[in-house]
Amino acid sequence: MAAVKFEQAMARLEAIVGELEKNDLPLDESLKIFEEGIRLSKNCLKILEEAEHKVEVLVQDKNGKKRIHAYSSDDAADEPSS
Amino acid sequence: MFTVSELTGLLRVSIEEQFPDFWLEGELSNLRAPGSGHVYCTLKDRTSQIRAVLFRSSAVRLRFALQEGLQVIVRGRLTVYEPRGEYQIVLDTVEPKGVGALQLAFEQLKERLAAEGLFDQDRKKPIPVFPRTVGVVTSLTGAAIRDILAVLRRRWPTLHILIAPVQVQGEGAGRQIAQALADLNDWGSVDVIIVGRGGGSLEDLWSFNEENVVRAIAASHVPVVSAVGHEIDVTLADFVADLRAPTPSAAAEAVVPVLTDIVERLRELTVRTGQVMLRHCAFERQRLDAGIRGVTDVRFHLQEAAQRTDDTVDRLRELVQQLLTFAREQVHKAQRDLSGLNPILTIKQGLATVPQFSKRLEGQMGVRLAQHRHRTHAMLAQLNTLSPLAILGRGYSILHTVPAGQIVRQASDVEVGQELEAQLSRGRLSCKVMRVCDNSTV
Repeated sequence: MAAVKFEQAMARLEAIVGELEKNDLPLDESLKIFEEGIRLSKNCLKILEEAEHKVEVLVQDKNGKKRIHAYSSDDAADEPSS
Repeated sequence: MFTVSELTGLLRVSIEEQFPDFWLEGELSNLRAPGSGHVYCTLKDRTSQIRAVLFRSSAVRLRFALQEGLQVIVRGRLTVYEPRGEYQIVLDTVEPKGVGALQLAFEQLKERLAAEGLFDQDRKKPIPVFPRTVGVVTSLTGAAIRDILAVLRRRWPTLHILIAPVQVQGEGAGRQIAQALADLNDWGSVDVIIVGRGGGSLEDLWSFNEENVVRAIAASHVPVVSAVGHEIDVTLADFVADLRAPTPSAAAEAVVPVLTDIVERLRELTVRTGQVMLRHCAFERQRLDAGIRGVTDVRFHLQEAAQRTDDTVDRLRELVQQLLTFAREQVHKAQRDLSGLNPILTIKQGLATVPQFSKRLEGQMGVRLAQHRHRTHAMLAQLNTLSPLAILGRGYSILHTVPAGQIVRQASDVEVGQELEAQLSRGRLSCKVMRVCDNSTV
């Protein structure tokens, strides 16, 4: 799931910067992980960019089937009864 | 003269009339709960005891478990059980002495569930660092949902929030809370669940001490953060949850980081990546310069080739300079692009600048750098073939006049008998011209 992907991408990016800053790789190796780092940073921003603010409510209809609908302040009136 | 039944009947009437409703304090003993659901026991103090019965209809209303040795305060009426001629109290209510019934029930259930290992630390699941979807189990009418939504929106403006609305107090609330937890688990895409409510009395918070709620939290595959009441309120839900937050707002803070912090961190990492690459390029350039100096030393020995070597070296140096300047510009440009990034604004605007920057970095920095590197290798290869040493290596030799050291290019430059020196790949030969044939072309 995307949350995990993002977490891993951030962790890899941190690792790449650490690796580059150690400065013990040959130039072509450095370039390779530099490119990977830029790609990761791009992907991370893309994940952030694609996320959409949504507040939804999970309810049960008359047939017992679960469905979701967008949250609005009117929902406060729909409190389920026991 | 009475019969036994007559006397017993009279005693019963008399006793029932005299003790129709009273309070009594004593210690519970001889507890028996047969299948009928009625509970039989004895109430005693240091010197006396009295039988008591708690009929099923009253027993089911008890919130705590009756225990041997428990000091209780009871309310009831006295009667006679005629088949045995024994008087006994029919209990209406039983309250533990000293602590409230709820408190005792809490302690009893806590002890039982703890013994099952439900509160063990090693059962606790880690809370994800970057949840995409947060589930919330609470009332839509309470203050808790408003606080949670406000904090989540402030910290991570593009979060997906899925609310499973429940009653958080009263009859049936516990069942609803347990069901909502199961529903959010079944929904599949929820990364973390906040379950809780705002502050209230011990009675109000009671649902979060119910066994089915505690078990539903324990059974959740999705990590659960509890947020019940205020800092001082502690419920069994808090014990079993993967993380206990003191309040609903604190729970919201615990489940998501601040988006602007994360974007800032991303920016910083990207800038550092660029900076370290620039340093590396500069270092490699110094090495290249040193290599070129080594090549130019050859010039002192082989002046004829020097001119062309100079040209090539200059071109090479220029190329390297262009490459480095270009790379530096690209990285600076990327840094400028990133530093101008306002996450919330840019997310709203579709982050239009970011793909461009990334494409430039990837396209230019990657492809162009590789291109230049390729050309540099080609130039070095060419330079190698042009090197006089390499030519000599292939079996050619260079003729110099002696002692002037002029290079001999055509037969007419020399005379018969003249001494020449031939430069080979390794060593030199002193030669004498035997014959001059001026008409040949190679």
